[in-house]
Amino acid sequence: MSGTNRPRRGWGARLVILIPALWLAVFFAVPFLIVLKISLSQSAIAQPPYTPVLDLAAGWQGLKDWAAGLSLESYALLASDSLYVSSYLRSLQIAALSTAILLLIGYPIAYGIARAPRRMQAVLVMAIVLPFLTAFLIRIYALVTILQREGLLNDALLALSLVREPLVWLSTDTAIVIGIVYSYLPFMVLPLYASLEKMDDTLLEAAADLGCPWWKAFWLVTVPLSAPGIVAGALLCFIPIVGEFVIPDLLGGSDALMIGQTLWTEFFSNKDWPAASALAVALLAILLVPIMIYQHIQMRALEHR
Amino acid sequence: MNGSSDKTRPLLRFEGVVKRFGDVPAVDRVSLDIHEGEFFALLGPSGCGKTTLLRMLAGFEQLTEGHILLDGQDIGDVPPHRRPVNMMFQSYALFPHLTVAGNVAFGLKQEALPKSEIESRVSAMLALVRLEGYGGRKPQQLSGGQRQRVALARALVKRPRVLLLDEPLSALDRKLREETRFELVELQQRLGLTFIIVTHDQHEAMIMADRIGVMNRGQLVQVGPPSEVYEQPNSRWVAGFIGDINLIEGRVAATGPQGTEIKSETAGRLHAAQPADVSLGTSVWLAVRPEKVSIAAHAPEGSQTNVFAGKVADIGYLGNSSLYKVKLDNGLVMTAVVANRTRLLERPIGRYDRVWLSFPSDAGVVLTR
Ligand SMILES: Nc1ncnc2c1ncn2[C@@H]1O[C@H](COP(=O)(O)OP(=O)(O)O)[C@@H](O)[C@H]1O
Ligand SMILES: [Mg+2]
Repeated sequence: MSGTNRPRRGWGARLVILIPALWLAVFFAVPFLIVLKISLSQSAIAQPPYTPVLDLAAGWQGLKDWAAGLSLESYALLASDSLYVSSYLRSLQIAALSTAILLLIGYPIAYGIARAPRRMQAVLVMAIVLPFLTAFLIRIYALVTILQREGLLNDALLALSLVREPLVWLSTDTAIVIGIVYSYLPFMVLPLYASLEKMDDTLLEAAADLGCPWWKAFWLVTVPLSAPGIVAGALLCFIPIVGEFVIPDLLGGSDALMIGQTLWTEFFSNKDWPAASALAVALLAILLVPIMIYQHIQMRALEHR
Repeated sequence: MNGSSDKTRPLLRFEGVVKRFGDVPAVDRVSLDIHEGEFFALLGPSGCGKTTLLRMLAGFEQLTEGHILLDGQDIGDVPPHRRPVNMMFQSYALFPHLTVAGNVAFGLKQEALPKSEIESRVSAMLALVRLEGYGGRKPQQLSGGQRQRVALARALVKRPRVLLLDEPLSALDRKLREETRFELVELQQRLGLTFIIVTHDQHEAMIMADRIGVMNRGQLVQVGPPSEVYEQPNSRWVAGFIGDINLIEGRVAATGPQGTEIKSETAGRLHAAQPADVSLGTSVWLAVRPEKVSIAAHAPEGSQTNVFAGKVADIGYLGNSSLYKVKLDNGLVMTAVVANRTRLLERPIGRYDRVWLSFPSDAGVVLTR
C-alpha cells in the first residue's frame, strides 16, 4: 500500500539525508574499513606493528603487493583459541543478564514516572539523569568503596544481621552486574518512559470495561503498547554492555575477561593489532544480529501505522 | 417504544446521584429510572456532566453521594470489569496493537469462552456492523466510520445489560452521522437492548431516543419523550435548548379549566389553553415555537388575543421554510417560521412590510421559570 503514491524527494530532502550519511561515512565507515584492513594483516615488530603496509606512493604495484600480503590468519586465531570464544560468550551472558535486570528495575520506575502527576514527571526524569552530572569514573570508584570488604554494603548487611561475616563482592560477576545496572539505568528508563508516557489511559478503561481486571490489562495492553520502548531500551543497554571495558576492569576479577578487556589486552599488552582488530570486527558482526532484529520490528511497526 | 416501559421495576435506577470534583458538583442530585429495552438520550450542553454520569454507571468514577441500582442491586462497590454494562468511548479507545477481530474478541476472551464460540460470535458481530473481511486489519487502517463500527461491535459482542454510548457520532461527518443515527436505532430495536446515549445535539436526541433526559449544570432538568420535551418544556432554559422559542413575559390575570389569561405590559392580553398551577399575579413567560406562529399581511378578523402587529426586520430563506424576524410595535422581536409549500416566484411578504403575527391558544406553554 505504501510507496506507490509517495511524493518524489526534492533536492532539499536529499540534502537532509546527506548529512547523516556523511557523518556515518566519516565516523563509522572509514574507521571500520581501516580496522578491517588491519585485521587482515599480520603482527610484526615494526612501526606500525603489522604487515603489509599499504604504500600508495608505489602506485599500482604497491597496491598489488599489499593485497597479496593480506590473510585471514587473525580470524583463524580467534576461532582456534577457546579463550576468545569464551570471552565473547561471557560478554553476551553478562550483557543479557544485566539487560534483563535493567528491564525488571527500569520498567516499574518508568511506569511510576509516567503515572505521576504531570508537574512531577519532569522532576523525576531529572532525578534519573542527575547521577550523570558526576564523572563516570568517580561513580565507579565510589562503587568500589561501597562493595569492598569493609564497605558500606557489608556494613549495612551486618547491621541488619542479614549476614554473619562480611561477603566478598569486589572482583565477582555480581559486582560487574551491579556496576552495569547502576550505570545504564537511565538508558533503560528514558525510552521506556517515552513510550509509556504516550499511552492513552482510556485504553485501560476500555479493557476494564470489557471485563479485564487491571493487573491483566497491564499484560494485555500496557506491555504490548510499550514494546517499542522495551526494544529500544534493551538494545540501547545490551549493545554497549557487550563491549563494556571500564566496569568489568574496575569491579570484576582478573580470571575471566569480557571481550572489551580481551581486546584491550591484545592491543596494549600483546601489541597484536591485527588480532585486536579481528576481535573488534567479530564483535560488530555479533552485535549486528540484535540491531537487525530491531530494524525488522521497527519496519513492521511502521507498516501498521 | 416497545412496551416494556410499563414494567414495575426499572432496569436501572439513579437515586440522588452526586459527583463532586473538589467542591464543584459535576453531577448534582440526579434521580432517574431507565427501563429495559429503552433508548434513552442524555442531552445537554458541553460540560454539563453527561460523561461523568455515564462514567459512574460504568464504574470509572466513584459516586460522592447517592446510589445506582441495576436490577434492584446497588452496583456502587462493583468494579468496572464486573459490571454487566459496556461503554462505547467517545474516542472509541480501540486497541492499536490488536486487529479488528482481536479488538472485538478482547471482551469475550475475558469471559474464558471456548475458542470456537468466540470466533463465531466475533464474525457474526462483524457481519452485523458490516465489517466482514476487515477482521485482519489494524484500527489505524480504517476510516472514521469503520472505527466507530468496530467500537460498537466490541461493546455489543459482550451482550451488555445496558450499552453506554458517549457521543458516538460526534467524530463522523454530517452525512455519515445522519445515516448512522437510523442504523443505531434499528440495531437497538432488533437486538432488544437498552441503550443510553450521550449527546449535545438536540436533533440527534430527538430522532433516536424513546426518552430524553435534559441536563444543565449537573442537574437533570427535564425527562420525557422527545415530543413532550419539545412541546411542553418545563423551563425557559429547556425551551431554548431544544430548538428556537419566542418568550413573552407577563403576569397571570386568570387561570382555570378554560386556560390561562396573561396580561403583558408590552404585548397586551395573551391566552394559553393550558391552565397554570400558580396564583394570580405571578410573573410567567408564554413560550411559543416559531413554527406555530402565523404571519399575515392583513390584520386577522375576529378575536385579537395572541395577535401582534409589527414590521419585518429580517427574512431568512431555509429552503424548506422561511424564517421571519418581526419587530413588534411593542418593542419585542418575534420569530415566525413558515413552511415553503409552493414555489414562490415572488414572496408576498418582504422586508420592512407591515405584518400581523398570531398563534392559537394551544400553541403557547406557560412557564414559571
Ligand atoms: N476528572 C475530573 N476532574 C475534575 N473535573 C472534572 C473531571 N471530569 C470532569 N470534570 C468536570 O466536570 C464537568 C462535567 O464534565 P463532563 O461530564 O465531561 O461533561 P459533558 O460530558 O457533559 O461535556 C466539567 O465541568 C468538567 O470540567
Ligand atoms: Mg462528554
